[in-house]
Amino acid sequence: MAGAKEIRTKIASIKSTQKITKAMQMVAASKMRKAQDRMSASRPYAEKMLQVISHLANATPEYRHSFMAVERQRKRIGYIVVSSDRGLCGGLNSNLFRRLLAEIKEKRAAGIEPIFCTIGSKALGFFKRFGGDVKAQATQLGDKPHIEDLIGTVKVMLDAFEAGEIDAIYVASNEFVNTMTQRPVIRQLVPIVGGKRDNMPYHWDYIYEPDAHTVLDALLTRYIESLVYQAVVENGACEQSARMVAMKAASDNAGNLIGELQLVYNKARQAAITQELSEIVSGAAAV
Amino acid sequence: MAMTIHVDIVSAEGAIHSGTATMVYATAEMGEVGIAPRHTAFISRLRPGDVRVQNEQGEQEHFYVSGGMLEVQPSVVTVLADTAIRAHDLDEAAAIEAKRSAEEALAGHTAEFEYAKAQAELAEAVAQLRTIEKLRKLRGG
Repeated sequence: MAGAKEIRTKIASIKSTQKITKAMQMVAASKMRKAQDRMSASRPYAEKMLQVISHLANATPEYRHSFMAVERQRKRIGYIVVSSDRGLCGGLNSNLFRRLLAEIKEKRAAGIEPIFCTIGSKALGFFKRFGGDVKAQATQLGDKPHIEDLIGTVKVMLDAFEAGEIDAIYVASNEFVNTMTQRPVIRQLVPIVGGKRDNMPYHWDYIYEPDAHTVLDALLTRYIESLVYQAVVENGACEQSARMVAMKAASDNAGNLIGELQLVYNKARQAAITQELSEIVSGAAAV
Repeated sequence: MAMTIHVDIVSAEGAIHSGTATMVYATAEMGEVGIAPRHTAFISRLRPGDVRVQNEQGEQEHFYVSGGMLEVQPSVVTVLADTAIRAHDLDEAAAIEAKRSAEEALAGHTAEFEYAKAQAELAEAVAQLRTIEKLRKLRGG
């Protein structure tokens, strides 16, 4: 009964794999809920800031910050690529990279060169393998990313923009549609989109301390950082939900495998018994 | 009933406080300010320090902010708090660190993006995922 024993050990090993994937699924589910909370908690800040910024832009039309300036001829574009730090989350990262690749191809055809900043070690690994002009990176943000960890990366990009090295900044990350669906998106960061000129019913303005320009500069940097932070947090929620789905699929697969192997095992066992019986019977007949 | 003003203290990582107050004190760029209801529209950077919110019962709540922005409109005060300590030098150092770590991590790699190679590998990954999906459907899993 050598075959049966082999199958038994196989079943045992798949069972222990299933235990691990189940545990990972449950951990991801609980982390996903927290990540979603963080995602919604970060929204009011950015919304409020956009309000203030569009008001400031309306109130001081003579001062245009370079981040809000009109489009300039695009020769180089910066991409901030947000990925996860860990794998085992289905096609999350490769879908994002594919989307990015299509975008780069399109831009290349138009004669625009891309440069990159990466957040998360998967993106770093991707560019390590395939090359690419990576200016800055941030990894190991953990489950609870902090804005401090992003300041440097964002600043590298903003400085390059102000120095005229790049003409626009985009952020590539996953959008959380629902638990089952994550969509890779590439959003424009700079020049700032949104904050349209609203028709103010009556004119009013702030008292500025110390002056409008300083206030606007400080606000814009923080606004852009908060958008990147949002992308990172949202990508975190995507990562957890993608991992949850992937691990659920893995556990189900392990269950199917165990079922099939159990059938094979039963057959092998039955065959062995039948064989033994027929041996005994034929042995008795020979006597 | 005393006149009140709505106060929101938010940071990029979440809301910190929301409620009504009769008076709000904060450390603005040019010195401490006290905001009463119907204050004229006002905007300023904040220095690291206390934001005090006084409610209708005359009790004060203290919030420490490490900087940020204060925006005042006649019926609403919004504190956009920083979660990190910000200074020009510190930001600069963070940027340099981000650059250096990228250089270190990517030592010996080419700056030219190898489009074809990347596409081939990604296509393979996607094909694998699709096959798994198909297998699952076949099994009715």
